[in-house]
Order: sequence, then structure tokens, then C-alpha cells
Amino acid sequence: MLSEPILTEDSPIRRLDPRVRVVFTTVYSFVVATSNRFPVLLAALGMSVLLAFLARLDIRDVFKRLALVNGLVLLFWLLLPLTFAGTPLFAIGPFTVSLEGVVVSARITLKSNAILLALLMLVASGSVSELGSALNRLGVPPKIVYLFLLTYRYIFVIEQEFQRLVRAAKIRGFHPGTNVHTYRSYAYLIGMLFVRASDRAERVHQAMVCRGFNGRFHCLREFSLSRRDLAWSAILGLAVLGLEIFEWVNLT
Amino acid sequence: MHISEGILSGPVLVSGMVLAAAGTAAGLRKLDYDRIPRAGILSASFFVASLIHVPIGPSSVHLILNGITGIILGWGAFPAILVALTLQALFFQFGGITTLGVNTVTMALPAVLCYFGFRLAVRKRASLVLPAAFTCGFLSVFLSAVMVGAALVCTEGNFFKVSALVVTAHLPVMIIEGIVTAFCVAFLRKVQPTLLPGLPDPRPPVR
Repeated sequence: MLSEPILTEDSPIRRLDPRVRVVFTTVYSFVVATSNRFPVLLAALGMSVLLAFLARLDIRDVFKRLALVNGLVLLFWLLLPLTFAGTPLFAIGPFTVSLEGVVVSARITLKSNAILLALLMLVASGSVSELGSALNRLGVPPKIVYLFLLTYRYIFVIEQEFQRLVRAAKIRGFHPGTNVHTYRSYAYLIGMLFVRASDRAERVHQAMVCRGFNGRFHCLREFSLSRRDLAWSAILGLAVLGLEIFEWVNLT
Repeated sequence: MHISEGILSGPVLVSGMVLAAAGTAAGLRKLDYDRIPRAGILSASFFVASLIHVPIGPSSVHLILNGITGIILGWGAFPAILVALTLQALFFQFGGITTLGVNTVTMALPAVLCYFGFRLAVRKRASLVLPAAFTCGFLSVFLSAVMVGAALVCTEGNFFKVSALVVTAHLPVMIIEGIVTAFCVAFLRKVQPTLLPGLPDPRPPVR
């Protein structure tokens, strides 16, 4: 069963204008992704943790999601120090661990976690439809916003359709294994999913036309910036600017 | 193979965004507002299908399915994959925001190439459908892995060994995807051939 990240009840971040959240998270992610100095990355991680706190994120949910991504980062820790060319630190059997490899791995770890916490803050502080409306009001081309919202709307429907097909297969004694029969069954399942999705799309389109759809979508949500939003924007903007300046100017 | 946050350098990320924007614009131009519901529902089915675990030996693997996505959608694969990746980043934190551009290009560009390759092969000779489908499935994952490797190497030359590992690690996935794409196309050819490009229309002409 597909489940979205848990939405927080109420928090200072939740009450912000969603456009502020989207713009901040995007700019912040890019700033952190392009920063390389360790003091800057540590500051960014601290900032992310603070924001996660302010957004009142569910700690268990956060850890679960971070654990998944850090699993991938762990893979890098296992591979990079051994395959990166550089000054050798120590040797384990035939493999030598390089300093540069360790440094790069550490950098990736800090960056990933900082950016991910910011992303979780964005996701948990507003629904996807709110996000779509915010993107629309921010000037993202309407076609892609509507495609995004419609896809989101139908993911759960299609997923239930898929569960129905899988149940039918299991009732007929389908046991997945590493053989051609399994791959063929999955292929037919996926094909059937596309066929049903295509038919449903046809029906949805006809239903929309019957209700007066003429090709134009209208976003009914209006957003307006309050003084609180402006204050938060200023603070967040200064924080991001501070990080960037910190990256370029060596204060020591 | 979603590249997650914090690995690639600034120039690579920005190039990815630019290329993805270009591809998406090309895909959206062919998509008029009338057909957005259809594209959205197909995009949703690709999202769901890419979550399927297919067993291989002791573990299981997620199929990428960009081969079959490309065959069915053509240039529309760009916006569909961009949207699916965004939702995967929001739902499961696969990939990320900064890497959206790069991930879209690595998955959608092979998809579009497979579309053209498949159409060309099938128009030449109808009996080539299944081999063409297998090749599309195989090549789309192979090209994606190569592009991921290229993105890593462009970030840092020392990533070369990691890149080589990525490509070789995906070899079993390539084979399985080839098989799955071939069977899927065979199924669609029998059940709804209008979804596939290049095949003659089996429906009787409307008088």
C-alpha cells in the first residue's frame, strides 16, 4: 500500500506560504549541494536539524527515511575509500584506503542528510496538491503542473488496480521465482496495467468532456504573503546567503 | 538507478536541469491539454510498475521500465519520467530535488532513443517486434547506467571505478528488463496494439 509521508499537525513551518517553502528548499538544496567546505556543511546540517525541529517532524518517520538513504551512502563509504586514488591512509589486505576517498564520502554523507532533512520538512509541511498549486503560482508551466497533479491523483487508483491483478495471480497459484515464467507473468501483469490504465484514461477524459472540460485547467487556490511570511523569507534568505558567503570567504 | 543528493557537482546538476528542461519542453509540445489526463494516468502506471520487486537469485530488484515507457510514450517519456521522479522524491526520497534534472535525462533519453529504434525496426519488418523489444529493454537500462557513470565521472574523475561498478552491477537488470519488455510488448501487440508505435492498425477502417 502506498503511503505518503506523514503530514505534521501544525508547526511554524506548516503555517508558512507554500511558495516560500518551495523556493527556500530548492535554493537551499542547491547551495548545500555545491558547497564543499566542511564547516559550511556542518552548519548546513545543523540548520536542517533546526528546521526539522521547527517543522515538528515525526522523529521515528524521519529516522526510517534517513536510514534508507544512508544505506546508499554506506555503499559509497564501502566503495569510495577503496577505489579513489589518493594518499593512502592504511591498508586492509590487498585494499588501500585513501584519504581523499574518506573525505569525499564524509562530504557526501553531510550533504545528503542536510538536503534530505530539508526535503522532508517540505514534504511533511504541506500536501502534494498544495505543492502543485504553489508551483503553479510560482510560474512553472501549467501543462507540467497539471500533469503532476493528475499523476498524483491517479497513483493510488492505479496501485489498487495493480493489487487486484496481483491478488488474481496469487489465487491462481503464482509464486515468484528466478525463472522465465515469473518474468513473463510480471510482464503480462505490467502490460495489463497499462491497458487498464489506458482504458481508464479514455473514460476519465470522456467524463471530463461531459462535464464541460474544454482543455483549460484553472487553479482555484490563491496565495498571499503575510507579514509573517515576509519575515520568515527574510530570515531564511539571510541564512542561505550566509551559508554561500561562508563557502567562499574563509573566516579563519 | 536514482542518483541521490550530495554526490554530483554543480555544473553536472545544472547541465542536467537544462537538458531535462529541453527534453520536457519537446515532450510537452506534442501533448495538448486534451491528452494530459491520459498522460497522467499512464505516468501513474509507470510509477506503480517501477515499484514492483522482481526476484533474481536470493534478492529482488526494481525494474526501471524506461524501455517500455519510451516505446509507448515517445517524447512524452520526458515529462512522464520527470513527474514520476518528482513524486518518488516526495514519497520515498529516492533521488532528490537537485538531481531531478540529471535523473530525468539518464532515464528519459534512453527511453526516447528506444522509441525511435523500435519504430524503425518494426516498420522495416514486422517479425522484428520481439527482438526489437528485448533490445530496447536491454539498451535502455545499459544507456541509463552509462549516463549515470558519465555524470559521476564528470563530477570527479576518480569516480571512474565506481561508475564501472554501477554499469556491471546492472547487467542482470538489463537482461531481465529485456525479457520483461519483450513479453510486455508481445502482450500489448495482442491486446491493444494501438499503444505500440509503428505497427499497422488492425482495426477495420471506419466507413
